[in-house]
Amino acid sequence: MSVFDIIGPRMVGPSSSHTAGALRLGLLARGLLGRTPERARIGLHGSFATTYRGHGTDRAVAAGLLGMAPDDPRIPRSLEVARERGLDVRFEPLDLGPAAHPATLAFELEAEGERVTMVGASVGGGSVQVTSVNGRDVDLTGEYDTLIVQARDIPGTTASITHLLAERGVNIAFLEVSREKRGREATMLIEADHEIPDDVVEQVQAFEWVREARRLSKVTD
Amino acid sequence: MFSSLAEIVARAESTGRPLWRIVLDEEVEDADTTGERVLERLGERLATMREAVERGLHSDAPSVSGLLGGGARRFETWRAQGASVLGPFLGKVVARAQATMEVNARMGTIVATPTAGSSGILPAVLFSAEEELGLSEQDLVRGLLVAAGVGQVIVARASVSGAAGGCQAETGSAAAMAAGALTALRGGRPAQVSESVAFTLQGMLGLICDPVGGLVEVPCLTRNVSGAVQAVAGSELALAGLHFPIPADEVIDVMGQIGSELDEKYRETAKGGLAATATGRRLAASVRWDGPGFENTNAARARDLADPGPALAADADGGESHG
Repeated sequence: MSVFDIIGPRMVGPSSSHTAGALRLGLLARGLLGRTPERARIGLHGSFATTYRGHGTDRAVAAGLLGMAPDDPRIPRSLEVARERGLDVRFEPLDLGPAAHPATLAFELEAEGERVTMVGASVGGGSVQVTSVNGRDVDLTGEYDTLIVQARDIPGTTASITHLLAERGVNIAFLEVSREKRGREATMLIEADHEIPDDVVEQVQAFEWVREARRLSKVTD
Repeated sequence: MFSSLAEIVARAESTGRPLWRIVLDEEVEDADTTGERVLERLGERLATMREAVERGLHSDAPSVSGLLGGGARRFETWRAQGASVLGPFLGKVVARAQATMEVNARMGTIVATPTAGSSGILPAVLFSAEEELGLSEQDLVRGLLVAAGVGQVIVARASVSGAAGGCQAETGSAAAMAAGALTALRGGRPAQVSESVAFTLQGMLGLICDPVGGLVEVPCLTRNVSGAVQAVAGSELALAGLHFPIPADEVIDVMGQIGSELDEKYRETAKGGLAATATGRRLAASVRWDGPGFENTNAARARDLADPGPALAADADGGESHG
């Protein structure tokens, strides 16, 4: 939690959690897809479902999906910009149950036949917490470039990936490996201090034992 | 990042360094940056805060809903004519706390301190202190650092989210931050800064978040006025040497605890409190969704405001649930 999270973000109003935080979640989801989505379906949980209009959450999410920053003056008319740029974005209420943070968004994005899902909460003052990526539970703040890898649970996979990162001078801040069952599929979350280059993501994806490699690009002001 | 005010105060006392410096050094270490860069960026944020206050004081433009507009300017004019008994410092605080919130409510650019819904309080106190106490830009940036330190502790121990902890978590936190900054800028010792946080936040405990129509307008704007006034009073109690028997860290803890026990209707859902009064509901139903920057497609929005669920689901062709 940087001083700039407390004295910030610099943003277009009216709500840090329901406007700026929602935009940040939109940006993260866009980063996960790697491009501007063609279709976006957004589930609104808790206070998002009841107060999204007054907070401009729909405009904020659309702005994030389009890659705008939290202080972009186009945010109030982002739904119009979305139409111009071929982004079809829809909102619907969604009950994720009592365990979910009271301000949570669920994203389902598509572009060029690719589809990603992400669930994240806006935890206050513009800060966010991503809790699920493509159906896998995660716990990410979006403050680090993150590599999310789904791979077969066989020896040496983590070493191969960390080796690729080390070769490019990317320092690993946090590393977490989890699996459903021995020998089945494992999920690797690698949060890095430096930007994770595109070609590293491609090289990881090229490993025969990797089912999917995704980068969640960090979002800072 | 710090997890208790006691820790920040102890470090300031043991090193003989001012609080702002303790917070700055921690940021430089945590974020792998330089002190110069941090001060420069804070100066930029301060400039945005100043612009928002000025715009709010000099404009009658309505909020996106039309519920607010021109209040800050009206109060400032009335105050400047000598009608207020508050005196110049507190009078300016009351006018300026409204100014940023009006700009925020028309989707203008503000700095969330710590949130947008509580963004009126810290600038109101800082810029009034600048004018009335002759503080410099550098002083104000140091004030931002002290406020950030207080805010970091609140995030670590409780929350600054209205959806999680009610209005006490937003305007209460902002008021505590502003009190800490003002106390430090007026030469208060580190322990007095902590006392000012306790004095201020104790008076905000239990405050619910009940925005009419789910908008950051009513009563958010006037709650910022309450918080700003509470911050100045809390700071003065500490500066005068009074002691609040419950330490600031424990007051913060109990704010978090109360927040987690608040019924959902009092946590930014617009289902309780002032939002649920007869007039609150009527205002919500009559909200204009065609204010500045809003598209003209909003007739539909106004229509389905009273019954958002089905209209939303119908929008989304089907309504299959997400994982």
